[in-house]
Amino acid sequence: MHFGLSDEQEMIVSTVRDFVEREIYPHEAEVERTGAVPPDLAAGIKRKVIDLGFYACNFPESVGGAGLSHLDFALVERELGRGSMALTHFFGRPQNILMACTGDQIERYLLPAVRGERMDALAMTEPGAGSDVRGMSCSAVREGGDWVLNGTKHFISGADHADFVIVFVATGVDDTPHGPKKRITCFLVDRGTPGFTIRPGYRSVSHRGYANCILDFDGCRLPDAQVLGEVDGGFAVMNEWLYATRITVATMAVGRARRVFDMALAHAAERKQFGQQIGKFQGVGFQIADMVTEIDAADWLTLAAAWRLDQGLPANREIASAKLYASEMLARVTDRALQIFGGMGLMDDLPIERFWRDARVERIWDGTSEIQRHIIARDLLRPLGA
Amino acid sequence: MKVLVPVKRVIDYNVKVRVKADGSGVDLANVKMSMNPFDEIAVEEAIRMKEKGAVEEVIAVSIGVKQAQETLRTALAMGADRAILVVAADDVHQDIEPLAVAKILKAVAEAEGVGMVLCGKQAIDNDMNATGQMLAALLGWSQATFASKIEIEGEEAKVTREVDGGLQTIKVKMPAIVSVDLRLNEPRYASLPNIMKAKKKPLDEKTPADFGVDVTPRLSVVKTTEPEARKAGVMVGSVDELIAKLKDEAGVI
Ligand SMILES: Cc1cc2nc3c(=O)[nH]c(=O)nc-3n(C[C@H](O)[C@H](O)[C@H](O)COP(=O)(O)OP(=O)(O)OC[C@H]3O[C@@H](n4cnc5c(N)ncnc54)[C@H](O)[C@@H]3O)c2cc1C
Ligand SMILES: Cc1cc2nc3c(=O)[nH]c(=O)nc-3n(C[C@H](O)[C@H](O)[C@H](O)COP(=O)(O)OP(=O)(O)OC[C@H]3O[C@@H](n4cnc5c(N)ncnc54)[C@H](O)[C@@H]3O)c2cc1C
Repeated sequence: MHFGLSDEQEMIVSTVRDFVEREIYPHEAEVERTGAVPPDLAAGIKRKVIDLGFYACNFPESVGGAGLSHLDFALVERELGRGSMALTHFFGRPQNILMACTGDQIERYLLPAVRGERMDALAMTEPGAGSDVRGMSCSAVREGGDWVLNGTKHFISGADHADFVIVFVATGVDDTPHGPKKRITCFLVDRGTPGFTIRPGYRSVSHRGYANCILDFDGCRLPDAQVLGEVDGGFAVMNEWLYATRITVATMAVGRARRVFDMALAHAAERKQFGQQIGKFQGVGFQIADMVTEIDAADWLTLAAAWRLDQGLPANREIASAKLYASEMLARVTDRALQIFGGMGLMDDLPIERFWRDARVERIWDGTSEIQRHIIARDLLRPLGA
Repeated sequence: MKVLVPVKRVIDYNVKVRVKADGSGVDLANVKMSMNPFDEIAVEEAIRMKEKGAVEEVIAVSIGVKQAQETLRTALAMGADRAILVVAADDVHQDIEPLAVAKILKAVAEAEGVGMVLCGKQAIDNDMNATGQMLAALLGWSQATFASKIEIEGEEAKVTREVDGGLQTIKVKMPAIVSVDLRLNEPRYASLPNIMKAKKKPLDEKTPADFGVDVTPRLSVVKTTEPEARKAGVMVGSVDELIAKLKDEAGVI
């Protein structure tokens, strides 16, 4: 066992850290205040990331990515997690599900996404189908050799900046011993396709400026060439490619927790009440101790899950544990940090309240904490027949 | 022309420096170390010269503990072509003094046949601001310190220097030692492909003995202390009050 980073990994971490500190931090307050990322700023960040060769670094070299391992990519995302999500969105990491592109789709979607020319968004969730993805009612039916899509998706992150969307819809129902089960197909839909509209979603307390959108499909007609993967094979592509995205949530939670922790630590060492630094009160010191212990635990849990993926070992349970623990850790750490800052922690003069708000969504998206627990329990109990 | 860029591993500029309990120096155990920021500027300048075609090869050299290898890898990831590590100390707390460093650099510069040495004006740990000047004296080359602009014009270099009260432009004969200042350039981030390539670039390891240099300290540190804490300021109510205080209390106007 070896817990250290290689020289390359050290450099990747320090480069991304520097980038986030110098190119992201200075703009965070403005994004927070306005709830939007100025287009010039977004384009500037993207340009720099492309020049640095970090854009789409999660993709293999064969398609123009950097071919980072899951572990190396986790280190990148851990550093990105320190910065505003609205801004780091432009440190592009297209959905790796685009690797399922075939034929023409490679030139039209995969390669432009990797080059940073076209941005993507991924749409599964619907007002009536969240955790229960298979319960979706968005559908596509055959009509004159085409597919016709109808229905609504909501909570779709980044769709405001997306040039195309990767959408999962129902394409039929199978009768199974467990009752009817929907067949799902994945489609690539260009912005501007007739019958497809992207409209603003809700205002979220978490990650201001990182918008979620509502997608409406109203008789949206698509040829077969827009099917990603196989017809009715939506779950197969989902399972093959979206499996690892929970690591993103976990690593970003760890990065953000470290940033908040450093601020809380410094405050505890500086702020004086009752004639001494508040860190000297056991009540505060022990909070600090618990915070760092949990951050380290989440960090190793996450890196170990990424490492398992690189080794080709089963990792579903471990990824679920990492996502669950890291997102819940972040909630506790940001709450304690806010407490250590006292009243000022709540004020938007400091970024603490933002981290505290931002933390909330991590337990919900990419599968809620309950769903992760369900995955973990099922993984362990099902082989035992329970 | 080959350019030699000495890079020093120093305590990261973001780290809050702590003096060791016995006052023998600054505590460097378990603190983040980075490339001296002025050296980063020198590396950047050398790479830009290479990109402009004025330089064929950029060689980074570091003298210190074995871990300075990381600093050299950073220089390689930024774009230096190869690196030389002179392992001159085992303990991270042992600083190699400017004269010894200058002697080693002289030997390296001669062995490599470089036409220029670009160095940081000082290292942010000890703030000596001496190595470049000593090296110029030892080599008998021209020197230009505190550069904020460097233009190579054939056998000469035109260097703009940051001096008290303004800028001074001088011409020096090549070969030359140029020590760089903060405003010369803004160092780039290492690109991901260059980070991956850095490992494959040559990094030679040497010792001071290879150059016949004795690095035994000639100076002794008597005491290290923290700077005095800044006293709290006072808020003044008006410009008049400020002027009155500057006149009567501070006596500066
Ligand atoms: C800001 C934001 C951005 C998002 N971005 C995207 C995106 O880009 N693309 C996309 O497709 N989706 C996106 N989502 C959707 C996200 O994945 C869902 O919100 C999430 O899967 C939960 O679904 P839901 O909100 O409908 O909650 P529900 O599924 O209705 O869950 C409500 C509650 O019931 C619990 N629950 C549900 N089923 C079970 C069960 N079997 N056992 C125990 N408890 C259960 C849940 O844990 C939760 O506490 C985003 C969501 C948010 C908030
Ligand atoms: C919205 C808002 C409205 C307010 N309104 C009023 C008002 O109308 N009038 C008014 O006078 N004040 C008001 N306050 C101030 C409020 O009472 C203080 O914020 C509170 O007493 C905490 O003080 P502090 O924020 O300075 O935190 P600090 O005292 O600096 O505390 C920082 C942290 O150190 C901990 N700590 C401090 N001492 C100890 C100790 N001995 N042992 C263990 N832990 C310790 C605290 O619990 C906290 O976690 C308001 C505050 C807010 C946020």
